[in-house]
Amino acid sequence: MRGFRTLLFKEILRFWKVSFQTVLAPLVSTLLYLLVFSHVMSDHPDVYPGVTYAAFLIPGLTMMAMVQNAFANSSSSLVQSKVMGNMVFVLLTPLSHAEIFGAYVLAAMVRGLLVGTVVFVTGWVFFDVPIRQPLWTITFAVISTALSGSLGILAGIWAEKFDQMAAWQNFVILPLTFLSGAFYSIHTLPPFWAALSRFNPFFYMIDGFRYGLLGSADISPWESLLIVGGACLALSWTTLAVLRSGWRLRN
Amino acid sequence: MTHAIEIRGVEKRFGDLQALKSVDLTVEKGEFFALLGPNGAGKTTLINVLAGLSRPDAGVLKVMGYDVVREYRAARRNLGVVPQELVFDPFLTVRESLELQSGYFGIANNGDWIEDLLSNLQLMDKADKNMRALSGGMKRRVLIAQALVHRPPVIVLDEPTAGVDVELRKVLWKFIQRLNHEGHTILLTTHYLEEAQTLCRRVGILKQGQIVALDTTENLLAGRSSQSLEDVFVAIMQDGGVGK
Repeated sequence: MRGFRTLLFKEILRFWKVSFQTVLAPLVSTLLYLLVFSHVMSDHPDVYPGVTYAAFLIPGLTMMAMVQNAFANSSSSLVQSKVMGNMVFVLLTPLSHAEIFGAYVLAAMVRGLLVGTVVFVTGWVFFDVPIRQPLWTITFAVISTALSGSLGILAGIWAEKFDQMAAWQNFVILPLTFLSGAFYSIHTLPPFWAALSRFNPFFYMIDGFRYGLLGSADISPWESLLIVGGACLALSWTTLAVLRSGWRLRN
Repeated sequence: MTHAIEIRGVEKRFGDLQALKSVDLTVEKGEFFALLGPNGAGKTTLINVLAGLSRPDAGVLKVMGYDVVREYRAARRNLGVVPQELVFDPFLTVRESLELQSGYFGIANNGDWIEDLLSNLQLMDKADKNMRALSGGMKRRVLIAQALVHRPPVIVLDEPTAGVDVELRKVLWKFIQRLNHEGHTILLTTHYLEEAQTLCRRVGILKQGQIVALDTTENLLAGRSSQSLEDVFVAIMQDGGVGK
């Protein structure tokens, strides 16, 4: 367990040493979204009865920041280690693939949850956001950051250059998180786009998390939990299998 | 009897390139062994499959009797590898790099040995410097310290003196010889054949993925009536003779 704990500590240390970039920068960009959208949409009718647009927006932005940062942590750590060549320091050790997986996912979760907490608390200070179902809130935050951390490991293993990683960020994570209902309820979308949103796993993360805070959401939180939990398990199993195979790491 | 390193019938292919062809090699405990060969002969590939950085297509590799695939945890605990590439973690200081590497091997309270390594490799005044601030030679010393931090009985040095100054070579060989006298097994690859001749009791030569010579340094020199391992090496490369 000491090896696992050390790798986890190192991964947390890695992002903490550059916390201006890894924690403060996402906080600033998320708060800018909040400031602009909450002002522009202040005359917008309540999305759910009694829920202002700002209160609706904060859970979406918080979850968006969490999943983006959890993904960025594991993926950028792996791709940097591969490009710099220092991945050997981990690969030469007796650490098992499960320990490597656990350490990278947990560190990604720590960063995602830290950024999410800072974003949420800052939003909560300025806007009236309820916390109606804390257990649902925490459950979706934990599972969603785990899923993103696991996806980040897969992307980090696959990518061999920084531009390949940027492609993941810009063409997969960013569109999926933006088109996930972070800024709107999918009930306001035309039927085709509403139906398409149902194929986006990030929609369920945000909707479930929003239910935890507001007590209202587009769909049942149980349905969201089933889909997000199932996706997390499937992705974790895939990532473990890829790590065990040594694909693009031990070659 | 358990060998320090045991390699049997190892094959490795990269696309059309057969990097290792049925390589057999054993290194005994306490030996100082040189693995020589021209660039692209397969030395680093062989080290990589031994260290678990790459998977062999066929064959068996063992470190202190532990299979590097099936018993990889025990095999890696017994092996320290100094990689050829000058790699480092830009987020860490020298001391953090060594403490973390100890932790990966499950070792707690390794401060005394880390201090010993820093002292022996003349890194004490750099211990709290970030790795990015170090010269190439200093980074090489840290790589050596990282490979030794878990006190492995088998140490593999992949061209440790490539492009480094005379001072580091002296420091390095003095320390490695001390470890060898204490019982550590050393496998060295180098293009400085005079170093191999001076330090190593036995030599293996790889050419195009095959072992083409394997004998004591003394016998290899006597077999070619030469005083210089470099002459023997050149002759073997020209005629490709197998002197197992």
